[in-house]
Amino acid sequence: MAYVRRRIGGALLVLVLAFIAAYILLAALPGDAVLARYGNPDLGLTAAQLAEIRAAYGADRPQLVQFFETAGSFLRGDLGYSIQSGAAVSALLAEALPSTLTLAALGLVSAVALAVAIAITATHPGLRGHRAARALRNLLRGLPPLMVSLPVFWIGIVLIQVFSFQLGLVPVLNAGPIESLILPVATLAIPIAAPLAQVLIRSIDEVLAQPFVSVARARGATNTWLLSRTVARNAVLPALTMAGLLFGELVGGAVVTEAVFGRMGVGQLTAQAVAARDTPVLLAVVVISTVVFVLINLVVDLLYPVLDARLRRSDAAAPTRRAAVAVR
Amino acid sequence: MSAQTLTPSGAPAGSGAPARAPRLSALRPGVVLSALVLLTALAWALLPGVFTAQSPTASVGASLQAPSAEFWFGTDATGRDVFARVVHGASHSITAAVVAVAVGLVVGTTLGVIAGSVGGFVEEALMRLVDMLLAIPGLLLSLSVVILLGFGTTNAAIAVGITSIATFARLSRSRVISVRRSEYVEAAFGSGGTLPAILWRHILPNSAAPVIALAALQLGSAILQISTLGFLGYGAPPPTPEWGLLIAEGRDYVATAWWLTLLPGLVVAAVVLATNRLSSAIGQGESA
Amino acid sequence: MTTHHETWTPEQLEHPARPESAAHTEQSGQSEHSAQPQPLLDVTGLRIAYRTRRGQVEAVRGIDLSVARGSVTALVGESGSGKSSAAQAVIGLLAENGAVTGGSIALTGADGVREELVGLPERAWRELRGTRIGLIPQDPTSSLDPVRTIGASVGDPLRIHGWRDRERIEARVIELLERVGLDDPATRARQYPHELSGGMRQRVLIAAALALEPELLIADEPTSALDVTVQATVLDLIDELRVATGAGVLLITHDLAVAADRADTLVVLRGGTVEEAGPTGKVLAAPSAEYTRTLLSDAPSLRQIVDRAPHRPTAGEAPLVRVRDLRQEFHRRGSGEPFVAVDDVSFEIPRGTTHALVGESGSGKTTTGRAIAGFRAPTAGSVLVGDTEVTQLGTGKRLREFRSTVQLVHQNPFGSLDPRQSISAILEEPLRNTRRGNRAERRSAALHHLELVALPLEVASRRPRELSGGQRQRVAIARALILQPEVVVLDEAVSALDVTVQAQILRLLARLQDELALTYVFISHDLAVVRQVADTVTVMRRGQQVESGEVGRVLEDPHHEYTRQLLAAIPGTERAWGHHHRATTDRAESGRSTPVPHESAPGGHRRTASSEEITAS
Repeated sequence: MAYVRRRIGGALLVLVLAFIAAYILLAALPGDAVLARYGNPDLGLTAAQLAEIRAAYGADRPQLVQFFETAGSFLRGDLGYSIQSGAAVSALLAEALPSTLTLAALGLVSAVALAVAIAITATHPGLRGHRAARALRNLLRGLPPLMVSLPVFWIGIVLIQVFSFQLGLVPVLNAGPIESLILPVATLAIPIAAPLAQVLIRSIDEVLAQPFVSVARARGATNTWLLSRTVARNAVLPALTMAGLLFGELVGGAVVTEAVFGRMGVGQLTAQAVAARDTPVLLAVVVISTVVFVLINLVVDLLYPVLDARLRRSDAAAPTRRAAVAVR
Repeated sequence: MSAQTLTPSGAPAGSGAPARAPRLSALRPGVVLSALVLLTALAWALLPGVFTAQSPTASVGASLQAPSAEFWFGTDATGRDVFARVVHGASHSITAAVVAVAVGLVVGTTLGVIAGSVGGFVEEALMRLVDMLLAIPGLLLSLSVVILLGFGTTNAAIAVGITSIATFARLSRSRVISVRRSEYVEAAFGSGGTLPAILWRHILPNSAAPVIALAALQLGSAILQISTLGFLGYGAPPPTPEWGLLIAEGRDYVATAWWLTLLPGLVVAAVVLATNRLSSAIGQGESA
Repeated sequence: MTTHHETWTPEQLEHPARPESAAHTEQSGQSEHSAQPQPLLDVTGLRIAYRTRRGQVEAVRGIDLSVARGSVTALVGESGSGKSSAAQAVIGLLAENGAVTGGSIALTGADGVREELVGLPERAWRELRGTRIGLIPQDPTSSLDPVRTIGASVGDPLRIHGWRDRERIEARVIELLERVGLDDPATRARQYPHELSGGMRQRVLIAAALALEPELLIADEPTSALDVTVQATVLDLIDELRVATGAGVLLITHDLAVAADRADTLVVLRGGTVEEAGPTGKVLAAPSAEYTRTLLSDAPSLRQIVDRAPHRPTAGEAPLVRVRDLRQEFHRRGSGEPFVAVDDVSFEIPRGTTHALVGESGSGKTTTGRAIAGFRAPTAGSVLVGDTEVTQLGTGKRLREFRSTVQLVHQNPFGSLDPRQSISAILEEPLRNTRRGNRAERRSAALHHLELVALPLEVASRRPRELSGGQRQRVAIARALILQPEVVVLDEAVSALDVTVQAQILRLLARLQDELALTYVFISHDLAVVRQVADTVTVMRRGQQVESGEVGRVLEDPHHEYTRQLLAAIPGTERAWGHHHRATTDRAESGRSTPVPHESAPGGHRRTASSEEITAS
């Protein structure tokens, strides 16, 4: 229980700190959002009119007061108003979210499937013998490093080029809702699958080198048996810690993918907000993503002791044994 | 075939035999090739004139010509030589990436080393700060910084650098802590050493290699992130031949002029792949 | 937890009882006579090579050995001898880059059918492993899957080999756990490996190895990661199960004394070839190979390995080190109760003598040694070295100056030298820290100390990774001595080394003590070594001082039950248990000069397992 309390406390602290940082970056330092929008001399507003508008937005009060007001309204679910359009940020997000969620969910599922397939094939001990099998193994092992090295936007463009223009498989214009998702999902899946596959390969390799795996072999276990019973559970643990990082990749990937494919969504909204210096929108996106990120990590932290009994003790520290040195 | 499948895990050489370091492993073909790619890119960045006589911004031929002996990467919509633009773009993209890595390396490592060697409250506070940096998704953090600093290659580089501070800080802290716990550091304290002397003589040298490997890795990822910002239009303004912007400009001709996007993209991928490969070679060379 | 022969399955009874006589006639001859029964395992001319970057490396070059049904053959050798490779080949699990390049491995079943294992397809191997050949691995800590329960791990071989009935598996698992002497097997089956002590984990692994009652058990250094008293009980258990099931045991060990105690046949390996093979008694009494003689003369529990006159304190002189009422607490996270690592320990060490701190893991011996060296201020008590109160030094300049008086040598010579420094830089560093001498003087001091520890001078320019373990430990000793300390704390300083190297280092330490009038605090788990190198001894257990006094008195006439247990657990000494009479004859012939403990604990040493198991759960 102490563990749960400590984790939740830590998550809250990080959340508060991140909110402060985002507020400083996007609300305090850029100065006055009102001036940014109405200060342009072309609009021909007088100083008195500006002051009036500022007072109406509450921009003339001390920073600290404004900070706590913003914090309070975020807690109530009021995310402020877009400078650019004047619309409520929460309304903009609600409109954009479904499309992005579909893209992200499909992208994540395909990425995990791809990564697991690559990792299992690349580490399968049965593929050590034959020359051809070894070649396939080496090829698959080279794939994730290649995939992380490709610019996401470039993947999208090349996919359009190949599948839409060269092969004509996926229409660019007038595509149905499903057809229009195929290429964006693929674009998003590749950069997310790559680091996941790398971590999986590394951790499966490490588990396979563990003495308890040799012991299972010495009891007559087949490779498939090893993978499903022993390796899978041990290797999934390090991959779990990737969950937060993958979410970050997912957010970044969504921004780029939506820009490449011209899909409306949270990513596009973010890109437009940056271009227009529409800080309230970006602040809302940053805060919401951070909340999700912290929640994901919290869930992973709380899940860990369930999957790994070693972490269930209250004084959980890595068990140290004097033997390790003497035996080697 | 690669030599890495030959690790003698159950090999006879036991603890008694002196371990001969596989220094030669650093000279595997993949590593050599990666080094060549990276050196070429660096040379492009430093001396673009040696590699192409064409100007990156002037029209030198008919528009939208396919790659040929004269224009290796073809020409773009205004008749500029794409190869010349890629070569000249190296200085923008690579310099920006170096700036980004420098920001992350200097700030992050300083935070990490202080946290790891001082410990206590200072460590606790610094690491919460790092947690906070990690909690904001990378692209959003760099976008927030870009919004604050304004568009441009240098600002984009700083923004990307800030996102890597946390990674550098975490790694250097954990290295410092593990080296600090080692028996040779204890032995150095035991023979009358002071913390500054030991930090300088033992802890920093033995913590450096993984941090350098990370810096190499981050160089590649910074190139990617900076080109992403450039692609989205937050980096250098046109007609600067920055790599991301280059690909963004070619995007409108994707149906007719494949070379405008494909070839610059391949160059970016090759450079990033080379840095990744070198990074893992540095990491392996150390652990071997 | 008595042994439950009645719960043992009836299948075992089909195995023939241990053929006492056969064991002794078998080992040398692979005679093809039909009259003579084939040995269970028959290895002839076995060669094993590894593919490495430097080409083929031959680890095993034509060895012969055999294991008779119901008997123990020990494969003895130091690191790099090829003993592990040979064992891996017998179960068909060589590393990926290794291969059998010649010879034969044959397994003969109870039905007399001889099966050649070299070249067996993987499928056939899998059917053999666990059913006919069982493995007891080396390190019980990493050999159990940490995220699965004990019951799941023990049930693995059953499920692998086709058992489907859940209840039947569960019943068998509990029966096996009970068989290997675990209390409350049903609870243990639901626990995870980290909840068990090392000894219990090794029992679990033995249970899993026995699940399908294999004819051949390969025990690969089964106890080298365990405390001595636990080691004895685990070896006893293997003995007992062998007798009960009639299995043959191939025991891989670096410890000649363990082999002497447990094996019927000894095969001494070195550099991949057999130096000597034969019945244990014969090999020990009259070794024919020079190497076997070296191994024997370097084994502290079998021979006197250090010639050392006892050091007597000068009359009237105050002791150099005085430890009084030492107490060390550690605060555990998430728990209010502090953990007491050392509680109420007091002893004195006269100048120029060696005081041993003896105990098993968790006894507090290292914590005590580190308090003397000033590495951690104790919670309470006093440590006086000369006139200096070590506990009051603080962390500043006074502590740094005190470092010249007491030096610590770590256990692991691989971790205690900075891999990036040259040996001369390592040796000169203490002088730089204490601002002694100029560059040239420091350099010559470093060279002088290399000479002192009998290392060639060209070592000075090398890095630690270019040296062997023994050479590194010499460097560590030289570094400790370069500040000319009065006291050297040796924390298990020879435990990580091969026996022959260990003997050399112990002799070096004895010589240095005489030459430099050093006072040693010798921390060790090995009473056999302590008996030979120490003048006084403090026996510790779970932070408590059990007994303290002159070595001769404590070891000859132990007052405390625990000291007796420790003494009884030393391998190579005579035991009340079993049938190992050859150890007795060997001792008579070798004429050891150190007195032998008179008796082991009443009721046999097997009971000592309980104490260790309580600690960990």
